[in-house]
Amino acid sequence: MIRAVFSALLSHWLKSPLQALALLGGLALATALWSGVQAINAEARQSYARAAATVSEGDYAQIRGALTLSDFVALRRAGVLVSPIIEGRLNGVRIIGVDVLTSPTLTAFPTENLGEIEGPAFYGTAEALALVDLAPDIGKVTVEGAAPNTVYADISLVADLLDRGTEIDRLILLKDQPVGAASPEKLGYKVTPAQAGTDLAKLTDSFHLNLTAFGLLSFAVGIFIVHSAIGLAFEQRKPMIRTLRAVGVPLQTLIGLMVTELVGLATVAGGIGVFLGYLVAAALLPDVAATLRGLYGASIEGTLSLSPIWWLGGVVVSIVGALIASLGVFLKLWQMPLLAAAQARNWQTNGPLRRFRLGAVILCACLGLGILLFGKGLVAGFVLLGALLIGAALLLPSVLALVLSLGQRTASGVLTQWFWADTRQQASGLSLALSALLLAMAANVGVATMVSSFRVTFVQFLDQRLAPELYIYAETEDEAESIERFVEPLVDVVLPLVYQDTVVSGVPTEIYGAKNHSTYPDNWRLIEASQDPWGQVAGGSVLVNEQFARRTDQWTGAEIEIEGRTFTVAGVYGDYGNPVGQIVMTQTVFSEVYPDNRALRFGLRVDPDKVQDVSDALRDFGLSDDQIINQAAIKSLSKGIFEQTFVVTDALNILTLAVAGFAILMSLLTLATMRLPQLAPIWALGLTRKRLARFEILRALIFALITSAAAIPLGLVLAWVLLAVVNVEAFGWKLPLYFFPLDYLKLVIEALIAAVIASLIPAMRLGKTSPSQMLKVFANER
Amino acid sequence: MFLEVSNLAKSYVTAQIRTDVLRDVSFGLEQGKSLALTGESGCGKSTLLHLIGGLDVADAGTILLDGLDVTGLNDKARAKLRRETVGVVFQQFNLIPSLTVGANLVFQARLNGSYDPDFAKLLASRLGIDGHLDKFPDQLSGGQQQRVAIARTLAAKPKLVLADEPTGNLDEGTAGEVLALLLGLVRDAGTTLLMVTHSQKIADQLDQSIKLSSGRIL
Repeated sequence: MIRAVFSALLSHWLKSPLQALALLGGLALATALWSGVQAINAEARQSYARAAATVSEGDYAQIRGALTLSDFVALRRAGVLVSPIIEGRLNGVRIIGVDVLTSPTLTAFPTENLGEIEGPAFYGTAEALALVDLAPDIGKVTVEGAAPNTVYADISLVADLLDRGTEIDRLILLKDQPVGAASPEKLGYKVTPAQAGTDLAKLTDSFHLNLTAFGLLSFAVGIFIVHSAIGLAFEQRKPMIRTLRAVGVPLQTLIGLMVTELVGLATVAGGIGVFLGYLVAAALLPDVAATLRGLYGASIEGTLSLSPIWWLGGVVVSIVGALIASLGVFLKLWQMPLLAAAQARNWQTNGPLRRFRLGAVILCACLGLGILLFGKGLVAGFVLLGALLIGAALLLPSVLALVLSLGQRTASGVLTQWFWADTRQQASGLSLALSALLLAMAANVGVATMVSSFRVTFVQFLDQRLAPELYIYAETEDEAESIERFVEPLVDVVLPLVYQDTVVSGVPTEIYGAKNHSTYPDNWRLIEASQDPWGQVAGGSVLVNEQFARRTDQWTGAEIEIEGRTFTVAGVYGDYGNPVGQIVMTQTVFSEVYPDNRALRFGLRVDPDKVQDVSDALRDFGLSDDQIINQAAIKSLSKGIFEQTFVVTDALNILTLAVAGFAILMSLLTLATMRLPQLAPIWALGLTRKRLARFEILRALIFALITSAAAIPLGLVLAWVLLAVVNVEAFGWKLPLYFFPLDYLKLVIEALIAAVIASLIPAMRLGKTSPSQMLKVFANER
Repeated sequence: MFLEVSNLAKSYVTAQIRTDVLRDVSFGLEQGKSLALTGESGCGKSTLLHLIGGLDVADAGTILLDGLDVTGLNDKARAKLRRETVGVVFQQFNLIPSLTVGANLVFQARLNGSYDPDFAKLLASRLGIDGHLDKFPDQLSGGQQQRVAIARTLAAKPKLVLADEPTGNLDEGTAGEVLALLLGLVRDAGTTLLMVTHSQKIADQLDQSIKLSSGRIL
């Protein structure tokens, strides 16, 4: 019996290959985007883990500043367990020197290989080692799974290679300090706590969260297609199901076989999806790597390695997605009386579904409102996004019905009246595909607005913050003094750039000392400020960045304590892209707070026409090219990195839109077979097939237009949530929202083109439907 | 002769099997007269009706309708013929589900520009559907839906009404009522009627009758 029933069930797909394609294609595309994004995330995280295993930057408290090996010796003598680290770059490769004997973090160091190598050696991946020129007597040991683009060796070797003498960059404080060990703070050292704001994983988490959200959205769009295909297949198989039950197939057996059939199809689709996902990930990973390098300096490999778990995960996601999408259908089947009407009907128009939709919309609205009022954290931000998108998608059919009904009311001609009425009737059959388009377009508008707002803000920010025409760097304090003396007569003003890393109000913070000069008030844009903020700063107050203000909830007028002194916050400035808190005080006050900290970097204000002359003079004075940076070059580099940053987002935007286009195409194609009985009478009454086909294209255009009109405001709300809620939670600062009408117009045109392309095949088919096929509609009635 | 069918032939090929549905069919019908087309299922009655109505294309032969050679018309001209000259009443009513009864009733008349509100009202009243004009087709019984279909056809003032077993889906009592209304209205308007029917009793009520068997006139 089972074989007979199973073959009867499967025969449906053979008879309706388009539906099978919609189901398999929807699931495969959903799985592809989801698993592709997951693959990118997993690959990137693996890279961070390897990087962390090498140096464990975020796990340990650290001492930074101008340190030498004598500081290391002094602290060890005082009983403090510390380990020195030197860091630098050579040919773009990160070089790390560690003390093998004291380092607590060398889990990736191949200690088992140490004995096999005679003499000194550098360790790392083959790719990284190949980029580093070493003396012939120094070995290179390839370590599989080491951090990408990083080599490491004993601190003495690295000190020689980087010509650092006894200087060290930082000291790692071991977690378990002996009883009675001195406190580094009491010995005059500043300790940066563990998990400081520079932790790589934390920084990149929000980026990956964005990618995951995209993957999830794409998966949801795909599931919409699957839901539509399964629902349609169920309605069309109703007569068969009734017959099978009538001839004695138990309901449980029937449901069991249908679930088995679905799992089988989902497994096939999942396999295809994972393969496609691999292609997506492989295509996007180089851009992701570039993005992360540009944004956070995080190195990940630009190639993809696959694990069986990933393959299996993709297939499981496909099966779970298919089961979720078909849950309603199986529930309906369970409750369906044996002698239920066998005629297929438009399964999306029934009352219970409408009621369910309304209930879900209300639930989403309440959830969104609740989160907006009381929610906290990044997850809450994303739940708000989810509620917004799902609620809107569920509300779309009602919006469509309303607009089409208005259209019908205003129509005067008989054909236009029929057109609106017929379009209204079609709306329910296409609502899932249109919801998918709505989600894709809204995400597109939202993310494009966020990215473009980010871009505009960032460019303005660069113009504000990189006001000096030239930047110079000194290697020692003595050199700094002599350069300053030399350059002062050549330029309008020298702005020393001096800062100190510390912790203020429990937040890792950079304290900057700024010269009292018009460059700052003229160029810095403050988010909020008291009266005459720069005047107040000159009088001893401070400015804080938005990140600091948000994290400590200390805004204008607040009093903060820095190194035992109390300062009033005179204003808050936007500091986009900075992961840590920042405080600006005058250089004079800074010198009082940190008397030993001298500026090694300087900004030079100079007539732009004289930049080249000043640069040449500085070179003649003895500065190397590395020590002189032209502001225009930094801006160009920063803007270049930023353009690269969202290349992945753009690619995913296009892919999601393509999936939505596929959803519309599949819906139109599957509906086309059901359309014939509705269109044949109109044709019989005197309309040509070509004219009817043109109406079909016009209908698709109208649907896309209404959906676009709903998607743009939804996308803008989405952008607002991303900028004002998610961004604040993820990065600690709020971005201003800018509007880009031309971008939205372009998107609408793209959606209209997608709708026309999707409607073209069914319309062409209709145009070429032979009269005999049309007449079958009437013949089949008997 | 208002309708003149000569040597008409039509065949279908399905799964590489050719079926001759109509073979050498010829007959004529005067304007204002009614003709019953009878025969067994599958004998080609509906196909003949479809060819005359410009719904399908013949393989051979000619159909002259009010002097117009229907068989020589292209797709666009056949659509015009269906819109302006011919009215078809189907067995399954084929009302437009998205439009109200009232909108359905005047649909074809408005389509061909012959809409006459008074005539539409009169038809609705005579067919007993004037109380249902704001309803949708699925809110009506089968008999009521067929009355709307008849009204829709007649409201467009066609020269030729083609009725494909218009009472085939109705019970005997309703069928009798609907048929009487259709015949009465057609005669009053002087419209030519060609009706496919299985029933000899119905055929007897029409002016002429021809019987088809295996695609030929007996």
